[in-house]
Amino acid sequence: MQGPRQAYVLRLFVAGMTARSTRAVENIRAICEEHFAGAYELEVINLYEQPALATGEQIIAAPTCVKALPLPARRVIGDMSNTARVLAGLDLVEHT
Amino acid sequence: MAIPGIHGHHSRIVARLPKSPTGIDGFDQITQGGLPVGRPTLVCGGAGCGKTLFALSFLVHGATRFDEPGVYMSFEESTDELAQNVASLGFDLPGLIEKKKIVLDHVRIERSEIEETGDYDLEGLFIRLGFAIDSIGARRVVLDTLESLFSGLANESIIRAELRRLFRWLKDRGVTAVITGERGDGTLTRQGLEEYVSDAVILLDHRVTEQVSTRRLRIVKYRGSAHGTNEYPFLIDEEGIAVLPVTSIGLTHAAPSERISTGVARLDTMLGGRGYFRGSTILVSGTAGAGKSSVSAHFVDAACRRGERCLAFEFEESPQQVVRNMRSIGIDLQPWVDRGLLEFQAARPSVHGLEMHLSRMHRAIERFRPRVVVLDPVSSLISVATQGDVQATLTRLVDYLKMQGITALLTSLTHGRTELEQTDVEISSIVDTWLLLVTLESSGERNRGLYVLKSRGMGHSNQIREFLLTDHGVELVDVYAGPSGVVTGSARLTQEAEERAAALAHEQELERRERALARLRAAFDAEVASLRARFEADQADLATGIDEQRSGATRLRDDRRAIAERRRADAAQSGNGRRQGDESD
Repeated sequence: MQGPRQAYVLRLFVAGMTARSTRAVENIRAICEEHFAGAYELEVINLYEQPALATGEQIIAAPTCVKALPLPARRVIGDMSNTARVLAGLDLVEHT
Repeated sequence: MAIPGIHGHHSRIVARLPKSPTGIDGFDQITQGGLPVGRPTLVCGGAGCGKTLFALSFLVHGATRFDEPGVYMSFEESTDELAQNVASLGFDLPGLIEKKKIVLDHVRIERSEIEETGDYDLEGLFIRLGFAIDSIGARRVVLDTLESLFSGLANESIIRAELRRLFRWLKDRGVTAVITGERGDGTLTRQGLEEYVSDAVILLDHRVTEQVSTRRLRIVKYRGSAHGTNEYPFLIDEEGIAVLPVTSIGLTHAAPSERISTGVARLDTMLGGRGYFRGSTILVSGTAGAGKSSVSAHFVDAACRRGERCLAFEFEESPQQVVRNMRSIGIDLQPWVDRGLLEFQAARPSVHGLEMHLSRMHRAIERFRPRVVVLDPVSSLISVATQGDVQATLTRLVDYLKMQGITALLTSLTHGRTELEQTDVEISSIVDTWLLLVTLESSGERNRGLYVLKSRGMGHSNQIREFLLTDHGVELVDVYAGPSGVVTGSARLTQEAEERAAALAHEQELERRERALARLRAAFDAEVASLRARFEADQADLATGIDEQRSGATRLRDDRRAIAERRRADAAQSGNGRRQGDESD
């Protein structure tokens, strides 16, 4: 959250801790560690526990990963198994 | 299998299936109660067909009238847009949301903002919907329109699997749901949503023909329920959506026995001597210029004279034209307009669709509270809709007027010489009194005639009357019905003159014959007299002759006797004695 590198705020919405949810959490965490180690904040939210957030965050699919910062906000749905797509979808392509 | 309309013995069967009333005027009647409780109903149609309004009405009425809170999940319009769109209908969405009667949720799906990677489901949507339902204890749900999912997400097989799950889930939750769908090419919905909905499918249609819009509603499917397969016209106006069932409100209206004058004394006479029934419906049909407007003007005039309020819907002429035309036959309507007893509502039929006309008429009647309503002419409504629609609309209107006890006079323009049009025949089944104005063409003239084709509940004349438009209004006179048919106009006058001449000639002939008879009698008498004279003369002659002869013979015998006595003859005494006896006989 400091230094020259931009801070990334990501939220991963899952519906319960299913195998797919777990896979998504592992995948996104791996991507973040690889590309933004130390410069990201990842929050995993179980929609069953905070259902009101589904409306507020315009969630329909699970899992959904929302990049809150930096703007513009972007989102990727699915189990995050395709790294390239996740990076493109979240507009996370590293700028030097 | 499908039974159009509402029939007593079917409502018993149908009552087993619980219904959730939509509160949409007319719709609950044709479905005998509304939508199936606890099940999803698909409402589909093209853009602008009114499906969103249908769904919203269902929801808002549920919240306001039936104590059933509801969730509206919109996939297209934002909550603000929705609230704005329906505010004009008097739906206070923000207020209902405030009171926790309704939850609005706008589901925004921007494909460009979403990247898909790997497996997912739509559990987010389920959680969101479930949360909204639980937050207010919703009994009703609207999803408008789910098909947006297909444009927002790429993986169609996931969507389809999830839709199937969604419909099952909705049933499990026991909510009565309306799912809208956009009409597709040759299919009810573009994405085939109908295959997920097995309970009820309603199709809305919005056609614009010759710049006039007509809306129709059809119940494509309604499992376990008798329903009409007909298309029902429906209208959308500032009071919302209303379906016009063909078999409408019913026949429960009272039948008043009060009679009111037609404004034409002779016509009153034809109608059992006392005119129309109060609250009845009168159809006056005839060709152009046959005098329909005059008959209705008389009726309006008579009603205004009684101090009753009249509302006249003019579909072809402006109020100024009507007033001017009626003045030419001696009926001045302007004073009634000035006194607020008479109001004209003029509208070209083509300006609005049929449903708008109906709605405007309803509104005007509600506001003005007339005792008499005139529709002149209803036939022009045909130009904006099909016959069936017009009939359905009029049936509904007539029922409404009857329930209000309003006497209605409808005019209908017929064409051609057969005089009877299909429209008239169809309309006629809903009217109580049917007057037919005909033009009788003969001797190069057109003259007017009037029949009472039917008049329920009263003895009425079955004769044709000649119908005269004079400068002091309509006059009905007897027509001559001779061997060559009905005679009117100057032919009637000629006929009258001819008959007078014939009568005179007849009289003269009679006199002539009487004179001839007198002459004959005189001649006879004279003959008899002369015969008698001759007879008497002859008789006298003969009698004289007979006398003379008789006296001659006596004298001869006397002479002989005298001669014999003088001769004193005795020799021939015995012989003479016998002969004497003969002679003395």
